[in-house]
Formats: sequence, structure tokens, C-alpha cells
Amino acid sequence: MNAADLPPTNGDNPDWDSGTAELGHILKPGQLDLSHKVILYLDDITVSFDGFRALNKLSLTIDAGELRCIIGPNGAGKTTMMDVITGKTRPDEGTVFFGQTIDLTRLSEPEIAHMGIGRKFQKPTIFENHTVFENLELAMKTDKRVWRSLFATLDSAAGDRIAETLQLIRLTTDADRLAGLLSHGQKQWLEIGMLLMQEPKLLLLDEPVAGMTDEETERTGELFLSLAGRHSLVVVEHDMAFVKQLGGKVTVLHEGSVLAEGSLEEVQADQRVIEVYLGR
Amino acid sequence: MRPSPARTPFIVRLGASFDARGWRLSGLFAAFALIAVPVMHLALPADHPLHLSTWFITLVGKILCYAIVAVAMDLIWGYGGILSLGHGLFFALGGYGFGMYLMRQIGRDGSYQSDLPDFMVFLDWKELPWFWVGSDSFLWAVLLVLVVPALIAFVFGYFAFRSRIKGVYFSIITQALTYAAMLLFFRNETGFGGNNGFTDFKRILGHPITAPETRVVLFALSALALIGTLLLARYLVRSKFGRVLTAIRDAESRVMFIGYNPLWYKLFVWTLSAMLCAVAGALYVPQVGIINPSEMSVGNSIEIAIWVAVGGRGTLIGPVIGAFLVNLAKSWFTVSFPEYWLFFLGTLFIVATLYLPQGVVGLWLRLRARRRGKGAAAGEPPAAVAKGVGA
Ligand SMILES: Nc1ncnc2c1ncn2[C@@H]1O[C@H](COP(=O)(O)OP(=O)(O)OP(=O)(O)O)[C@@H](O)[C@H]1O
Ligand SMILES: [Mg+2]
Repeated sequence: MNAADLPPTNGDNPDWDSGTAELGHILKPGQLDLSHKVILYLDDITVSFDGFRALNKLSLTIDAGELRCIIGPNGAGKTTMMDVITGKTRPDEGTVFFGQTIDLTRLSEPEIAHMGIGRKFQKPTIFENHTVFENLELAMKTDKRVWRSLFATLDSAAGDRIAETLQLIRLTTDADRLAGLLSHGQKQWLEIGMLLMQEPKLLLLDEPVAGMTDEETERTGELFLSLAGRHSLVVVEHDMAFVKQLGGKVTVLHEGSVLAEGSLEEVQADQRVIEVYLGR
Repeated sequence: MRPSPARTPFIVRLGASFDARGWRLSGLFAAFALIAVPVMHLALPADHPLHLSTWFITLVGKILCYAIVAVAMDLIWGYGGILSLGHGLFFALGGYGFGMYLMRQIGRDGSYQSDLPDFMVFLDWKELPWFWVGSDSFLWAVLLVLVVPALIAFVFGYFAFRSRIKGVYFSIITQALTYAAMLLFFRNETGFGGNNGFTDFKRILGHPITAPETRVVLFALSALALIGTLLLARYLVRSKFGRVLTAIRDAESRVMFIGYNPLWYKLFVWTLSAMLCAVAGALYVPQVGIINPSEMSVGNSIEIAIWVAVGGRGTLIGPVIGAFLVNLAKSWFTVSFPEYWLFFLGTLFIVATLYLPQGVVGLWLRLRARRRGKGAAAGEPPAAVAKGVGA
């Protein structure tokens, strides 16, 4: 799989060049400002559930185009962090900025999705009673208001885009099957395909290769690597071989805050990280 | 949906919502309602074996209205996953809206020979309350029927859906809503005739309301309204809107995270559903000749859900069948064994819920699939069964 297989994404999006115009660039409201080459800032985020701190003064930045892996033991707060970024959970304290200007804590889930953040859930979440094709169609980046949906027709460009994504996630022959009938690994891929159809700038992937065969895992890794650069990716994973394949910077979460950050070798050599993982 | 020529006129796309068989059946049904019924009722002598009695026309006309309500309920429940146990309210409001006009059409032919409706004279009111202004106009009545229930549904739905009230909680508050409305309408001071409601209608657009000619026209209108409702509903569920709606039913958070706001989708289908019920109510009242607050009772709304469950949720045609089956059974029971009707209804609901998740339509589709599937590869259910898409 190489970059040429990829569906057209927002590689030509002007947002990505705005970093070069350090001075005096003009932003439209709601436009992503990447002038400091950072796409996501989490600052001092605290989330408590009945007094229990799932996130505890968590601070984290993700660079534009970066592929970041987040690891950490069960209950470290990885999923909760994604809930905060995507608007599902409101933090008790702290701020989340998308680029320089967009405060995500003020937006609803659909608004955040429109800003360009896509999310894959830990448990594959697809529309089981819709066909594979329809799943991709619904996810496709377009005007998603009621009035448009009432009269929407699928033009051939959109059809082509769906066909390309189907090929990329190897579900072309399953296009007309109900998504609920796919294997677990195929469902994971379908959800990734839906994410790509959204053309997000930032992809949040919660345990994307859980339940996949080794071969599927490897191919998923190749796909993510080909996406990095044009998209920013945050991947939560327990599978260390997969994290190693992805290569990028690794952040270790523990008890709701960052324990260590660096290359996989560095964090694996970190004494505190070893304790957290062995001490369980 | 597959890529299609982008610029197909809407009316053509709407028409394409029925397949050839759907149009054939609709055509047959329309011919029955528009030609056969008038001929058999008006032209044939009463002792002719093919003569249709007033009783028959009133009963079937009434059930046609119920069938519209059932389809409206299927849109919101079967496709949207939102169980309303207060849909009787919108039906009743449509009935009251049109009933106001029918009351004014009585003119001075009431028992008190007053310009005011009898119940107002009885309450010693001297003039019409403000909300009765304009009610002598047919067009105003139509407007009331279309706008008032829709507005109430919209406001109620907005707050309920915005607060993300779901499932059984939503069902309960819809019940509370219709119950509260019933108590309100029971009061004489509310201005809608108290517990007697509206009755003793005389005319509609100047024509005597019980005349056979009027009856067959109302019957035909109900039949056309049902076909129109089915066509609209079928268009909706086959559109992208419909796919988003079922997606919200199955995985709402996924829908939000791909950028749809479920609030407006739910609100649209909810309000539309209420409007369809109101239209049905407006057609119902002149045919049965009465509307009173008992139409808003909780039991009535639950019955609507039972029609849909028995016929088959998420199939559109199923609820029509369900409305007919249950109401024909009801009219038989209430004559032969009135005391057993509620037991029968309860049993029916339990059986349908436990053994017929998609009602009689689902049963029929499964039997057909089994018959056809003998030779073909078994294992995977045909998409039509799993998606619940009927004819
Ligand atoms: N809605 C909630 N209510 C109460 N506690 C919660 C809630 N959501 C998460 N938690 C708790 O917060 C902590 C962090 O959970 P989270 O799901 O973020 O962990 P995680 O790092 O994703 O773990 P895993 O690797 O198992 O997916 C856990 O102890 C969990 O029990
Ligand atoms: Mg998790």
C-alpha cells in the first residue's frame, strides 16, 4: 500500500501552509490556525468522576502532521482523553485548543467533527444495519444538515471517492453487505475508512488494531504511516509491536497524567515506566 | 444508494420511492376508494349483495385514518428508535382543530339556536374566546390542523431532544404530556367543550355531513392521504435523511462524531410525524362525528404503538396492516366480547414483542426467504429482512 492508493485528502488544504506565513495571516472564524505547527494543545486537563480523577492535570501537545502513540496501563485515562478532545466529556478544569484559535471545550461533538477531528472508538462502532457502502457514504465530508440530507443525491465524484476508500480498506467486494456481518478486523477497517471519508485533519484512533490478525495489523500500520504528514494522528495502543512499527514519539499516560514521553526505546528504558507496567 | 444523475427533478424522485408493484397496489387501492366505493355505496340498492353499508364506510374510513397515524408512528419509532406514547395527542389536536370549524358550521341549528356553539351557551359565555376567532373559515381550520400540533411537537421535541432524553424516559414524558393535555381539555373553562368535546356536527363546507355523498368523499380523501403518507414516508426512509435517522437509532454517538447533529434530525421526523397524525385526526372527526378528550387518553397512544408492533416496525406497510388487523379485531370484539378486548390486546402485544420482532411483515418476509432460500445459499439473511424494508 502506498500513498498513491490513498483517496484524495486535504493535502492541498491552504490551512497546512499557513504555518509559513508567520506574520500577519488572516483567519476566517473557525479556520484552523497552525501557525505554530501545533495542531492540538491539552493544558492542565482534569476530569473527575465522583471524586475519582480519570485525568489529572494532563498536558499534551501534538504537532501538525505528527503520528503520536499513547500507551499506558488500563484505566490510565487514554479513552477519557479522547472523550475530552471530541466533546463527549467536558473537563472540570483546563483547556483544549485545536490549532491556535479553536477552543474545543466550547463546541459540541458534531461541531468538533466539522472542525476536522475524526475518532475511532475503542469498540468498533459502525452502522451495523447499513451496508458497507452506506457507512462510508454517511461519513463522507459534506453538508450534514437536515435539509441537505433530505434532497441529497450521490454524484459520481462522491461515488468514486467511496470506491477508492473501499479499495483502500479492502472491502470492495463487501460493499453491499450489511456492516454487521463483517469480521471484527473488517469492522475496524470500515471504521477507519469512515474516518478517512470525513477528511479529518486530526485522527484519534483508540486501539485500532485490537482483534486484528498480525497481517491486518501490519497493513494498518502501513496505512497510518502513509497518512502521517498530511494528517495528524493520535493512536492509543497496547500492542507494542504495532507501536514500534509506527515509530513516532510515544507518550505514556498513567493515572491521568503524562508519565514519560520520547521514542519507544527511551520510554521503555524509563525506570518509572517499567515500574508502572511491572507493578501491576 | 448508487451514483445517480444529479439533476433528477424532485417529483420524479418522489415518484420513484414506490417501485412498479407499489404503484400498482396504490393504483388499485385508489381505484377502489375513488370509484368502487362510491359506486357500491351510492349506486347499488341497499339490498344488493355488493352494496357497501354506511357502517362499513365509516369503519374502514376510520381505520384509514388510524393507518396514517401508524405510518407516522413507524417513522419515529421504527426508523428513529424513539417510542412515543403520546401520539394520540397530535391526532386529537388535529381533530379538535378541524372540529372547531365543524362546530361553527352548525350555525344556528344547535339546541340553543345561538351563533355560539352549544357548550358555550351552556357555560353562559357571551362571545367566542380569542382562539376561536377565524374558526368559521375552512382554510383557517386547515391551517390550525397543520400548524398547532406541529408547533407543540416542535417545542416539546426541541427541549426533550436537546436534553438528550431517550428511551423509556422519553416515552414516559410523552405519556405525561398527553395525559396533562387530556386533563386540560376535560375542563369546561378550557373552551373545547369539556368532557363532551365536540359533536352533533351538521355540515362541512355547506354539505350535510352525514350525507352518503359526503361520506364517500371523506373516505376517498382518507385513502389518498394514506397513499400520500406512505409515499412521503417511503421517500424519507430511502433518502440520505432516512439513512442518518436509522444510524442515529443504531449508534447515535457515532453519528455525532461524524458530524451530524441528531437534534435536528429527530426534531424534523418528530414534528413531521405529529403533523401526519394531526391530518389523520382532522379526517377522522367528520367521519366518526365526535371528538372528545378521551382521544388523548394514555391507552389510545399505547394502542398506536401496538398497531405498529403487530404489523412490523420499520416496514411502513406493516403498520398499515397492523392498524387494520387490530382495529378490525377490536370492532369485532367490542360487539361480541367487549370485556375481553383489553386482554386480547395485551396478549397480542406480548406475542408480537416476543415472537414477532418485525410483526406480521417480518414473519412473511422470513417465510418467503425460507421458501426461496431452499436452493440458494443459506446463512446470510437477505438484506431486506435484516433492514426491514417491505414491498
Ligand atoms: N463515565 C465514567 N464514570 C466513571 N468512571 C469512569 C468513566 N469513564 C471512565 N472512568 C474511569 O476513568 C478511568 C480511566 O478510564 P479510561 O477509559 O480513560 O482508561 P483507558 O486508559 O482508556 O483504559 P483501557 O486501556 O482499559 O481502555 C478508569 O478508571 C475508568 O473506570
Ligand atoms: Mg480505553
